Amino acid sequence: MIDRIRTLLAQNPMIPIDFGALSDNANLYDAGLTSFASVQMMLAIEEEFDIEFPEQMLTRRTFSSIASIAAAISELTAEQV
Amino acid sequence: MDAKTFDAKTLLDSLFDNGILFESGVDGLYGRSGTFEEVIERFEGIVLKVGGPDKATRIHFPPGMARAALEKTGYMKSFPQLAGCVHSFMGDERDHARLLGMMESGEDWTQMQEATEVAMTPAACYPLYPTVARQGPVPAEGLLYELSSYCFRHEPSKDPARMQLFRQREYIQIGTAVQVQAFQKSWMERGRRIVEDLDLPCEIEVANDPFFGRTGKMMANSQRDQALKFELLIPVTSIEKPTACLSFNNHQDHFGQSWGIRFADGTSCHSGCVGFGLERVALALFRHHGPDVATWPVKVRHALWGA
Repeated sequence: MIDRIRTLLAQNPMIPIDFGALSDNANLYDAGLTSFASVQMMLAIEEEFDIEFPEQMLTRRTFSSIASIAAAISELTAEQV
Repeated sequence: MDAKTFDAKTLLDSLFDNGILFESGVDGLYGRSGTFEEVIERFEGIVLKVGGPDKATRIHFPPGMARAALEKTGYMKSFPQLAGCVHSFMGDERDHARLLGMMESGEDWTQMQEATEVAMTPAACYPLYPTVARQGPVPAEGLLYELSSYCFRHEPSKDPARMQLFRQREYIQIGTAVQVQAFQKSWMERGRRIVEDLDLPCEIEVANDPFFGRTGKMMANSQRDQALKFELLIPVTSIEKPTACLSFNNHQDHFGQSWGIRFADGTSCHSGCVGFGLERVALALFRHHGPDVATWPVKVRHALWGA
């Protein structure tokens, strides 16, 4: 799942971050993720994994690292990270 | 205006009955009485006096701004539901005849109009950023502006505190993150003091902007998590949901990045603003002190009229 997230995000021109240089736990906001880009990220993930994040998951924390995104997806899809 | 009854419709009716506001036929667009305007002018006088020592550069922008500037600032990403773009008829005689025919038969004639390069100003500081960007590098001590503008937001409502066209007076600090934080803190203190001198109950709370849709929910959560926006709330049409009459905003480097507003060394500037919702403050005063300004408490009259 991690690889799928990385590929998806790296392909998105609206998210100008070098994911290849970041570990799974690296803070994406520290790496320059803007609020606008995090919204683009959320929409791309919802489409890719066919999920809809409930309101309580639409927080800065959920999208703060690749690992936390993967944890949120697995919570919604019951798929193992 | 019974201070015990707090609801939007009662307040609006009372404002009409007392000749303080005048109906226009559209919710959120009202005429203002001379007295209402005088209260606003006097309140602005207080704000200017409090902000005066800071020696801000004063600019008054019209209620319309360059549509391209609104687009570049990302307004349509965050608040598409509030934006208003001005449209005009640009056709020839034949198109004009068609337009009149459509009006006559009750069809939607507005499709005969095209977007102009003008958008309604949504907040007093929006036209400022391109103006600052044009001036070149920002000096190390930062820049401070004092602005005033009529603003438009498309949110028709029977709540008199939610007008579609209303005035904001703003102070804007452009500078470092530290300068903007100090500016925000200083105005939260000064704003509270101004409102308390007017004998209005108030509280300051962390807030978020009304970002659009589910994605907006995430923007709003992020804004709250970082405590970037505070509002000074006064009960106007509801005690449970008091009205934001002043707001204190830290934009971080959002506008600095969007507009390339930088220091001489190339780092993006941060910005922050304090906005005074002038009609809302006036409404709060009429709501709490009554329709007749002559009977307002001595303390309040003294603060506003100096006697």
